[in-house]
Amino acid sequence: MNFSLSRATLIAEADLVGIAGERAVCDRRGVLYFPDLRLLAVSDLHLEKGSSFAKRGALIPPYDTGATLLRLQAVIADYQPRIVVSLGDSFHDGGGAERMHSSFRERLEAMMAGRDWFWVAGNHDPDAPADLPGETVRELAVGSLLFRHEPSKTRIEGEISGHLHPCARIVQRGRSVRRRCFAADGGRMIMPAFGAYTGSLNVLDRAYAGLFRLETLVAYMLGADRIFAISGSMLRPG
Amino acid sequence: MPPRYLLRVTEQPRLAEQNAAVLLPEPFVKWFGEKGWSPRVHQLELLAKAKSGQSVLLIAPTGAGKTLAGFLPSLTELANRPKRKPGQAHRGIHTLYISPLKALAVDIERNLGKPVEEIGLPVTIETRTGDTPSHKRQRQKLVPPDILLTTPEQLALLIASNDAKRFFEDLRYVVLDELHSLVTSKRGHLLALGLARLRAFIPRLQTIGLSATVAEPDELRRWLVAQNPPGDMAGLITVAGGAKPDISILDSRERVPWSGHSARYAIPEIYEAIKEHRTTLLFVNTRSQAELLFQELWRANEDSLPIALHHGSLDVGQRRRVEKAMADNALRAIVATSTLDLGIDWGDVDLVVHVGAPKGASRLAQRIGRANHRMDEPSKAILIPANRFEVLECRAALDANYLGAQDTPPLIKGALDVLSQHVLGVACGGPFDADLLFEEVRGAAPYAALERETFDRVVDFVASGGYALKNYERYARIRRNKDGLWRISHPSVAQQYRLNVGTIVEMPELNIRYVRQGRGMAGRGGPVLGKIEEYFAETLRPGDNFLFAGKVLRFEGIRENECVVSNGAGANIIVPSYAGGKFPLSTYLAEQVRGMLADSDRWKLLPEQVADWLRIQQEKSVLPKRGDLLVETFPRGNRHYMVAYPFEGRLAHQTLGMLLTRRLERAHARPLGFVATDYSLAVWALDDMAALFKARKPSLGQLFDEDMLGDDLEDWLNESWMLKRTFRTCAVIAGLIEKRFPGQEKSGRQVTVSADLIYDVLRSHEPDHILLQATRADASAGLLDVSRLGEMLSRVRGRIMHKHLDQISPLAVPVMLEIGKESVNGGANDTLLMEAADLVEEAMGDRT
Repeated sequence: MNFSLSRATLIAEADLVGIAGERAVCDRRGVLYFPDLRLLAVSDLHLEKGSSFAKRGALIPPYDTGATLLRLQAVIADYQPRIVVSLGDSFHDGGGAERMHSSFRERLEAMMAGRDWFWVAGNHDPDAPADLPGETVRELAVGSLLFRHEPSKTRIEGEISGHLHPCARIVQRGRSVRRRCFAADGGRMIMPAFGAYTGSLNVLDRAYAGLFRLETLVAYMLGADRIFAISGSMLRPG
Repeated sequence: MPPRYLLRVTEQPRLAEQNAAVLLPEPFVKWFGEKGWSPRVHQLELLAKAKSGQSVLLIAPTGAGKTLAGFLPSLTELANRPKRKPGQAHRGIHTLYISPLKALAVDIERNLGKPVEEIGLPVTIETRTGDTPSHKRQRQKLVPPDILLTTPEQLALLIASNDAKRFFEDLRYVVLDELHSLVTSKRGHLLALGLARLRAFIPRLQTIGLSATVAEPDELRRWLVAQNPPGDMAGLITVAGGAKPDISILDSRERVPWSGHSARYAIPEIYEAIKEHRTTLLFVNTRSQAELLFQELWRANEDSLPIALHHGSLDVGQRRRVEKAMADNALRAIVATSTLDLGIDWGDVDLVVHVGAPKGASRLAQRIGRANHRMDEPSKAILIPANRFEVLECRAALDANYLGAQDTPPLIKGALDVLSQHVLGVACGGPFDADLLFEEVRGAAPYAALERETFDRVVDFVASGGYALKNYERYARIRRNKDGLWRISHPSVAQQYRLNVGTIVEMPELNIRYVRQGRGMAGRGGPVLGKIEEYFAETLRPGDNFLFAGKVLRFEGIRENECVVSNGAGANIIVPSYAGGKFPLSTYLAEQVRGMLADSDRWKLLPEQVADWLRIQQEKSVLPKRGDLLVETFPRGNRHYMVAYPFEGRLAHQTLGMLLTRRLERAHARPLGFVATDYSLAVWALDDMAALFKARKPSLGQLFDEDMLGDDLEDWLNESWMLKRTFRTCAVIAGLIEKRFPGQEKSGRQVTVSADLIYDVLRSHEPDHILLQATRADASAGLLDVSRLGEMLSRVRGRIMHKHLDQISPLAVPVMLEIGKESVNGGANDTLLMEAADLVEEAMGDRT
């Protein structure tokens, strides 16, 4: 077996992406930030997924909520947004907010303080999270943007959604690399899932059929230090 | 024709006859007489020891009548048992037979059934495996057979049912077949724990172990009995090997290659050998080699001889057809991997060809034993080294076989993930007391040194995950009640346990679905040819051709859990690589090869072209003394190379390579990569490493210091994909992640993804969690071979011989040829992403 060491020095740089005239930063940590609006969007946190599994007998480590919140805390600290939009499936199930450990709840509330916080309803969490501030909405329109959980069947320019947990795969020099990604075609975007226990689904899967203009599809794949913009024609299924 | 194991009369007929009269019930004596046979000494000896209440280990070569010996105590006892009166309750199982293979259980049912019928014994024999239909299982619970033939997983399931104690109340003997192969894996740990449970039910239970020759029989003797007191051993009966095998190394007319594993050069000579023999069994070490060899043989097969292929990835139906054809003597040759290692009767094999180096002397002996199957006739075998180092290794293995040297691997400590599974199984069978269970578990040899604190953590893990953050108490799977006993908290826990039992966790695999050519991904409904590992399928592009099941297949695409293929053709054919199945070179053979290099007197036994190679090495560089480590450095192109020759096997070398490059990186030598083989390791860098060693920045001794196994290892391990892969296995066995859900198989990918995520989260939040401990222990022993590396580093301390050269040495050629041959693995994934992104930028300008 051969091992090659990485020689390149990777420079952390966030690419600016245009969506329906708005400019956004696709952050390598999986959040989307609109500097002009001071708005931060994050999708599919799936908080309390661990305890949701535990309830059904699979005792996977109870640290996912803590891990997810820690990462969220870091990006909020970096961007200091005025508005935060959590794009749905913020909790893995309806009872999630209630089960959440008090220390996590406190951490979350500290993050929310002083900002406008929107919980977009998702399929896992259609109702407002118990005893948490923030406003629960079906969808949210800001300027030319529309934030909702599931991408709509009929095309809406400026739609930002989540739900599908996109990832992309390339094969380079006989090796396959799969990463979570932002998937966008200039008109709409689907955000990667942010939660520590969230799996992902290839953007070429049939679940995405008809959602994108394939000729302008770009997968913004999450790297260790930066985002990699990969054109749709380079992507592989599976 | 009589069964083979009774074919010959024993060496000491009179003694045997006298003993036989004492020990054997009358119908047996009569049956032997009618057949004109006598029982063998070891068969009677085993019977005598068993009658005295002892557990026994029988070590005997193939064809010695091991099976009948193992069952004689049961059969004679059952023969004397009074008949069951009408209305009397059904009797429980008398003898449990456990083998590593389902197929072996079926084989035994047939072989044992015949004498039982001829002697006229009122004995029922049945199998219970994963294939047994549920109505038969239920019936077996109500009306058990006298002898039940089964596997370790089925035993675990039987023990975990709430009527287990009653079901086993009449059990007298447990016969363990192919014990040498059972004990070395986690299955062996599960089985050892199962035996401990049976002993708790029936304290006077006796075990009978049947084994091929092993290096340390005492380990197996301890394994067979309760380690209470510790160190207690079963009785031992050893049957000396039969006739010395007739083994030769192919002295090819062709040039033996420097590197590679295909042995393509020897195809014409192998084909001639097949033509000269009735049935030839060709062993290779990996499935990829099997595919290649099979393909090449058919290319040479002008006479259209029936030559078949057998390996673990092929569809089961296909494998059964090959096995049947083999048993019917309808084949002239069969290319096989280790799936055929174990003792199933394969018809009249008169030649074993071993392609590639055998990697271990004992493994070679067992494989050669597949020929002839008769103890007193010499088995005939030809070894085909695929490259020059393999010539040395074959020579060492051949010498070892004539000396009767054994190098079976030492047993490893019982795994904690397996113990977790067992503890849950015990709870499913009924309430347990932790103190008593701890004592019981310590009775199983692999767990004899288990500490109470570790055991308690395992119980805690089984109960509520064992996390420092006590979040899951309310979801506990088992709970301690007021009476101090642990019970499962809900019946669904038992249901889940039953679905996840076992220790064999497959790599994520895809079915290979064949469709007609030209249909592409739209094609449906063709046959499934077998399975292929997912990570290989992922590197294929539609239109790529690859070799599988002896066919060239065209890759069409991946559809759900299937890899869709059609007929392929063309010149650029890829051979799939498989993760498992590569045995490391045994410590013993490595030692022998080092000895051979150091001793030029022994070179005359080698083919001339190989001896020549060593002589030129002597001239141009140097050959290391037996205990020394040779390190060569030389420039080549615009790179600097360092080649070391530890002969400790590829896994240990890979770990060494990782650690050395980390150190060289810190020493600013700017290392670029490394490649490891079973024999040597090459590292290349932009800077002159020889100059560094000379300036002692660091010295060679410092570079190879044992302290690399401390922090450097720890740092690297945590990021390593090998650890993630190991974690997944441990997590499934320990019951953290489900193998499958009721009614629905989880696809491999879903398990992989979540296991990786869980690993990341657990590692950053609770690095000392018991499952991570188990993972590290596993990886150190398995994929990383850390212990072997440690032994090597301590052995060569102060004995490293540095030779700086102007150019590459003859000994370095094989490893240098490997550079760039195999796909890169580990690290640098982002570099690939960057390349892809740059390509796009180049092509599209600023448009993205």
